[in-house]
Amino acid sequence: MAPKSRQAYLAPAIVSGWLLALAQLGYRIARHQLGANPIATALNQLGLLALVLLVASLSATPLKLTLGWTWPLRVRRTFGLVAFFTVLLHFLLYLGPDQGFDLLQVLSDIAKRPFIAVGFLALLLLVPLAWTSSKQAVQRLTFPVWQRLHRLVYVIGLLAALHFFLRVKADHTQPLIYAAVILLGFTIRLVAWRIKSRKRTRLA
Amino acid sequence: MPKLPPEPKSSEITAPELYARRREFLKTGALCVASSVGVGVALSQLSSLGSADPPKKPPPMPKPEAGAAPWKVEHPGRYKLDEQQTPYEDVTTYNNYYELGLSKSEPAEQAHHLKTKPWSVRVTGQVQKPQTLDIDTLIRWFGLEERVYRMRCVEAWSMVIPWVGFPLGELIKRLEPTSRAKYVTFKTLLDPEQLPGQGRRVLPWPYAEGLRIDEATHPLAFLALGLYGAPLPGQNGAPLRLVVPWKYGFKGGKSLVEIGFVEREPTTTWNLAAPSEYGFYANVNPKVDHPRWSQASERRIGELTRRATLPFNGYAAEVADLYRGMDLSRDF
Repeated sequence: MAPKSRQAYLAPAIVSGWLLALAQLGYRIARHQLGANPIATALNQLGLLALVLLVASLSATPLKLTLGWTWPLRVRRTFGLVAFFTVLLHFLLYLGPDQGFDLLQVLSDIAKRPFIAVGFLALLLLVPLAWTSSKQAVQRLTFPVWQRLHRLVYVIGLLAALHFFLRVKADHTQPLIYAAVILLGFTIRLVAWRIKSRKRTRLA
Repeated sequence: MPKLPPEPKSSEITAPELYARRREFLKTGALCVASSVGVGVALSQLSSLGSADPPKKPPPMPKPEAGAAPWKVEHPGRYKLDEQQTPYEDVTTYNNYYELGLSKSEPAEQAHHLKTKPWSVRVTGQVQKPQTLDIDTLIRWFGLEERVYRMRCVEAWSMVIPWVGFPLGELIKRLEPTSRAKYVTFKTLLDPEQLPGQGRRVLPWPYAEGLRIDEATHPLAFLALGLYGAPLPGQNGAPLRLVVPWKYGFKGGKSLVEIGFVEREPTTTWNLAAPSEYGFYANVNPKVDHPRWSQASERRIGELTRRATLPFNGYAAEVADLYRGMDLSRDF
């Protein structure tokens, strides 16, 4: 048995921490602790949880570029996968308990309401990424193709923040904070890429 | 010689390198459990911030003050409603009152900042008798009656609330508006000390609402001083608020300090903030969607399935005549 890397426990810890957070939400629903409108509150909480997880997964590269941390890169996939399952739960809660499986209503919401369309598009775009999240998928697709596909997560992160922004009635602080974190990550990537390409041209 | 039990098979013997690593295994296990808990707590906390914030604890129903005379409340049969009333706890912990906080639960937690005694309401504009009124005067003039009304929020949820108060029309009659009084305005208290949410300009403060004079004098239009037989809690708009049951809830201005009579359609807060989403009339209308969600159905607080939204929130027989000849999809 080859000794695993020192932070091998991190990925399972993230999955079980995520399950703990879901269990706590379930417990609060069961104990009527979510207030007068538990479905709306649970929808908000799952949506926010999904955004937090997406931002966590998107933060791995900027953290490596700025602080030199490599451990976030090892849990990036785990964050991305649990984010996908959270988005799926968020959608199923909207489809079932909230809209009573009224598919016509849901389809017309998606067509008519930009905020729902944006959220639904983010969910659709996450499907191929979750599907190709295994090491075998990377080999099958070859790394450059896989990498190009997985750059979709930048779009997904922004769509998720936009979905939140469009939903809010008056106070946009929270969605703007998440959007700012995502955009800060993009800026760091861009700066690092510029430095790298300048070095390369100097070498050539 | 006693016989020894059979030795374990050699394949079951722990490999020496693993046996040597048992401490490391325990350490990794402990780290894994600790970081699971850390991740779980962090995720739970982050995902219940802001609008996703559930109530901490329900506030108790206010007790009548020692020495104060208990409220005498009439229960006229006209305004009973054959629908289950929303529990007091839900009515007082699920509120939109941005001056006391932006989440649904915050107003109940921040309501203690609001001091409702003494309180005065200015009557201004086109009236024969401009004056300043206090709450006791209003109760002396009009008495108190209970009205069980549906309350439909523009966010597609609804409640059934037993309000205590008096008809707005009776107050208007007594104030004797002039012939130039075409609209009535309602202003909420402006005081960031008592309404800390006014420290942030998420909306233009003070909150202002308005009605056409014929809407305001309609027998259903109501000024509430209480609910469930007791004075209004701060989060529900103490000590005096407007209730217009056929309109979306945001028309019901809270903690009123001014009632004015004007000639022109007044500016109203949500209409000013987002004119394409919130009209001046704001009549409950299942056929006119909010740009971001459908108004065809609603969730009655406490119910699992959605119910169809009724035109004018179920009060069409009483109020539809007020809007005869109007295009309600334009004047929404």
